[in-house]
Amino acid sequence: MQVPAAFQYETATSVEHAIELLTRYGPEARVVAGGHSLLPMMKLRLAQPEALIDINGLGELALIRVDGHDLAVGAMVRHAELLASPVVGEHFPILRDAERVIADPLVRNRGTVGGSLCQADPSEDLSAAFSALRAALVVQGPGGRRTIGIREFFLGPYETALTEAELLVEIRVPIRSHASAYRKVERRVGDWAVVAAGAVLEITDGVVTEAGIGLTAVGAPRFVSEQAEDFLRGGRPDDESFAQAGRTAAQECRPTADQRGPVDYKRHLAGELTTRALRVAAARARGQEA
Amino acid sequence: MRITVNVNGEQHTRDVEPRLLLVHFLRDELGLTGTHWGCDTSNCGVCAVWLDGTPVKSCTVLAVMADGHEVRTVEGLAHGTELDPVQQGFIACHGLQCGFCTPGMMMTARWLLDHNADPSEEDIREAISGQMCRCTGYENIVRSIRWAAEHGGGARTADTATEAAPGREEVRA
Repeated sequence: MQVPAAFQYETATSVEHAIELLTRYGPEARVVAGGHSLLPMMKLRLAQPEALIDINGLGELALIRVDGHDLAVGAMVRHAELLASPVVGEHFPILRDAERVIADPLVRNRGTVGGSLCQADPSEDLSAAFSALRAALVVQGPGGRRTIGIREFFLGPYETALTEAELLVEIRVPIRSHASAYRKVERRVGDWAVVAAGAVLEITDGVVTEAGIGLTAVGAPRFVSEQAEDFLRGGRPDDESFAQAGRTAAQECRPTADQRGPVDYKRHLAGELTTRALRVAAARARGQEA
Repeated sequence: MRITVNVNGEQHTRDVEPRLLLVHFLRDELGLTGTHWGCDTSNCGVCAVWLDGTPVKSCTVLAVMADGHEVRTVEGLAHGTELDPVQQGFIACHGLQCGFCTPGMMMTARWLLDHNADPSEEDIREAISGQMCRCTGYENIVRSIRWAAEHGGGARTADTATEAAPGREEVRA
C-alpha cells in the first residue's frame, strides 16, 4: 500500500484565501487541484509537502469563457471539460487533439489544466500545446495579479516562474485565424508521451506569418522549437517546408534515453511528428480536415 | 480531521487522517469492499467510483477531498433487490471473469450509458480505456455493456441515477 507522508490539509474558500494559506505555510506547502500528478508523487515520497492547500472548491477558477478576443480557461477546468468544450474545439483543435491523448477518461475527469501546467512535467502535453499557442498565464499573489508569457513560465523540469505564494488562476489564448494540430506517440493508453509535437500556423495569402512548434518529452527548451518556428515564418506552407521544419526541430531538441526509447528514435519521432502536425494544421487551414 | 461523505445516499461521518485515500476510506472505514484496489498508481482503474456523479480513480483522491461530496460505489448500483442492467449484462455475457476489475468497469459503464444510451463499440472501448482487466476479458466486457444498452440500461431516468455534475457554462463576455 502506498501512502503519502503526513501533511496538514487546508481547504481554500477563495483565491485570496488560498494565497493567504500559501503565505502562512511557506515553501513547504503545495496547492492541490485534481491531484493526479501530486498525489502519486506523494505516495512514492518523491514529494513530501508539509501542507496541502485544496483549491477544488474555487468555482470561479472552473470556467471556460470567451473574454474579448481571448479564450480564457480557468486553472481548475478539468481535462474532460476542456476536451468537451465546443469553443475550444472550434478555435483550438490543438487542445482538443492533446486532450484526447492525455491519460485516460477517468484521469481526465479529475485532473486539471492549471495543475498540469504548474507541475511542469517535461513530458506533459498541455505544456507543449499551450506553448505552441503562446498562451498568457494569469497568476495571483499577495501583491495582486500579473501575467506571464508561457514561454517565460517554464524554468526547467518541475520548475516554474511562480513564486511561493502565487497561484495560477487563468490561461488566456488569443482567438485568431490560425490552424493547429497535435500528434503524439505513446506506448499505451494513459502513458506519458514517448514524444509529442504540436503545430500552430497563421497563413496569410499563402505565406506563413506566424508559427508555433511545441514539443514534449524530448528536452526542448521551454517545450518549443524556436528554430523551426523561425524557419517556417515567411515561407510557404508546403510539404517540403514542413519536412525541413521537422528536421530542424529534431536537431534542436535534446532527448534522453530511457525506458521509452533511445535518443535517435526519439529524435526521429520529434521530426516526424512535427512534420505531421504541420501537415494536419495546414489541411485544417484549407478546410480539408477537422 | 472530521469528514462527512454521502456514499450511496447515506451520510457517513468519520475522523480520518488527511493522507487517507478515498479507496481506503470506502473499504476500511465504511466496509464497502466492493470497490477494489489494484495498482495504486492511477493506471489500472479498478478503484473507479463516482465522485459527484463522475467516475474517478479513488486511489488518487484523498478522503478529505470528498468531505461534503457524494460518492457512489458498486454497492449503490442495484435498485433494491433488482440488479442494474449493467450488472445483468455482465452476468449474461460473462463480463465478470475473475471479477477484480468488475466493480470499476460497471461504474464506468453505468456512467457511459447515462450519457450515451446507444454507445458504439468504439465509445465503450474509449470509456473503459483507463481500466485494466487482468483476464484480458475486454471482448466480453464490451459485449456486457452493449447488452445493458440493448436491455433498457441506456434509458435511465434521474430518479434512480445520481445526477451528473452540471457542465461548466461557457460564458461569452
